[in-house]
Amino acid sequence: MSLELVEWVATWPSLLPYFDGSVPAGFPSPAEDYLETPLDLTEFLIENKAATFLMRVDGDSMKDAGILDGDLLVVDRAAAPNNGCIVVVAVNGEYTVKRIRRGPDCIWLDPANHLYQPIRVSIGEDLHVFGVVKHAIHTLR
Amino acid sequence: MTEVFGIIDCNNFYVSCERVFRPDLEGEPVIVLSNNDGCAVARSAEAKALGIKMGDPEFKIRDLIKRENVKVFSSNYALYGSLSGRVTDTLLSMVPTIETYSIDESFLNLGEFSEREVEPLARELRERVRRWVGIPTCLGIAPTKTLAKVANFIAKKRPQYRGVCDLRSSQVRAELLSTVPVDEVWGIGAASAAKLAKIGVQTAADLAALDPDNARALMTVTGGRTVYELRGISCLPLELMEPTRKGIAVTRSFGAPVTTWREMREAIASYATRAAEKMRRYKVAAENIFVFMHTNNFNNDPFYSNGASARFAETTNDTGEVVALAVRLGERLWRDGFRYSKTGIMITELLPETIRQPALWGDLDRERRERAWKAMDKLNATLGRDTVRILGAGPKNAAWKLRAEHRSPRWTTRWDELPRVRSN
Repeated sequence: MSLELVEWVATWPSLLPYFDGSVPAGFPSPAEDYLETPLDLTEFLIENKAATFLMRVDGDSMKDAGILDGDLLVVDRAAAPNNGCIVVVAVNGEYTVKRIRRGPDCIWLDPANHLYQPIRVSIGEDLHVFGVVKHAIHTLR
Repeated sequence: MTEVFGIIDCNNFYVSCERVFRPDLEGEPVIVLSNNDGCAVARSAEAKALGIKMGDPEFKIRDLIKRENVKVFSSNYALYGSLSGRVTDTLLSMVPTIETYSIDESFLNLGEFSEREVEPLARELRERVRRWVGIPTCLGIAPTKTLAKVANFIAKKRPQYRGVCDLRSSQVRAELLSTVPVDEVWGIGAASAAKLAKIGVQTAADLAALDPDNARALMTVTGGRTVYELRGISCLPLELMEPTRKGIAVTRSFGAPVTTWREMREAIASYATRAAEKMRRYKVAAENIFVFMHTNNFNNDPFYSNGASARFAETTNDTGEVVALAVRLGERLWRDGFRYSKTGIMITELLPETIRQPALWGDLDRERRERAWKAMDKLNATLGRDTVRILGAGPKNAAWKLRAEHRSPRWTTRWDELPRVRSN
């Protein structure tokens, strides 16, 4: 047996690929050619990094839409606030989360909880939509 | 291919950042204060209308702030940096080559687009930054950087341009340059403007008409270049590479005057720590270090100011070594009986850290220390600045530390400071 000293620089990717199964010594792994990048959750949650912001929910007015008190919202400012979307919108100088619904001469901001009333915004009134809610992340405690 | 430059500039950037998560601030007078809550460094249009000037010290306008209910913020650089990065990403989604010029300005290479595409693209870009990041901007277009800056100035001042001014046509330039005061031209400071006024040069058009040799004689080589640039001849290309770091300075005014050596030593140690951290981040090492301290020049305190420099035995970015030498220099400068307002550390000669021959055998201590500092950097990067610090740097909330009494939450970079959405 001879030893050879070589200079080497190891540069590891920040995430190491993982594949299941034992690697037999001395025999090349057949999986080696099929290594893939591991799944990154942000890829699923965030379509547009520059335009996506995280916000925290206070209250239960959207509970029937699956948005609970304390949930984390993934809000996309690049997405169009279409009819029926859940949006973060400024009401009286504060951001609130509601479902947007177009009426004949107004826009309704609907809660998803019968204890709350829809908010009516007349055409012409200033309606500032911060962004469209893409995901609500609910942590089970 | 003719060159076409764009410059996009965020309107009242710091104020606009504060407004992204605070819709109640829309239409209100808002100012952002400099480091240490000293003076106004950003003003909303409403604050400007109240007569608040750039650089007005906070204590001078305190009554006005109270009377007019001006909303006051300390600088929140974590937020501004994060939103600035998002603006850059948004620009890159439409324009492949840009030069980030400052935290709120970028030059764009628009030469790759067809002549007719440029203006609609500029408008779409502006709209996109507004929608995606929430920051209003203005955009100037021209065949040179200097003219693009002039165009941007016009776009900003005159609402009829709806945020975009295009100076590609020489007729339009002839019309508009005569309306721009010469001291608004990029690179023309107050001193140059005064010299130019003496020979009757008052507007950008006057300067463009000046003989370039005269301009050079008056304001060195940059003056001559400015004349060519104003005539539409590009002398300043886009700088796409980050300039190599020449030096590192960590200097700050104190939140409250420092009167004891113990506090001064803490301040020096903590600034030296930051300097070493920065060196490691940029993979450079110091040959030389300069330390200074002084009292307040502007009140009636007895004045004292002094500085000293020293060489390291071996170039280093080791926190322990940098702190030790900085503190030794500070000790030599310190005089009892003064009320110090500021201290600072400067490293003026930097070498790539790889130039230092790492001791292969024997000097194991150095290698272990390096690993320790790197571990500390990592902890501080993930858990927040100053989570782990050396003992000499003093407590986290020392009295001499910066004042930032009105800082808004770091909405985009801290889990526990995320914006709250009301759902009730």
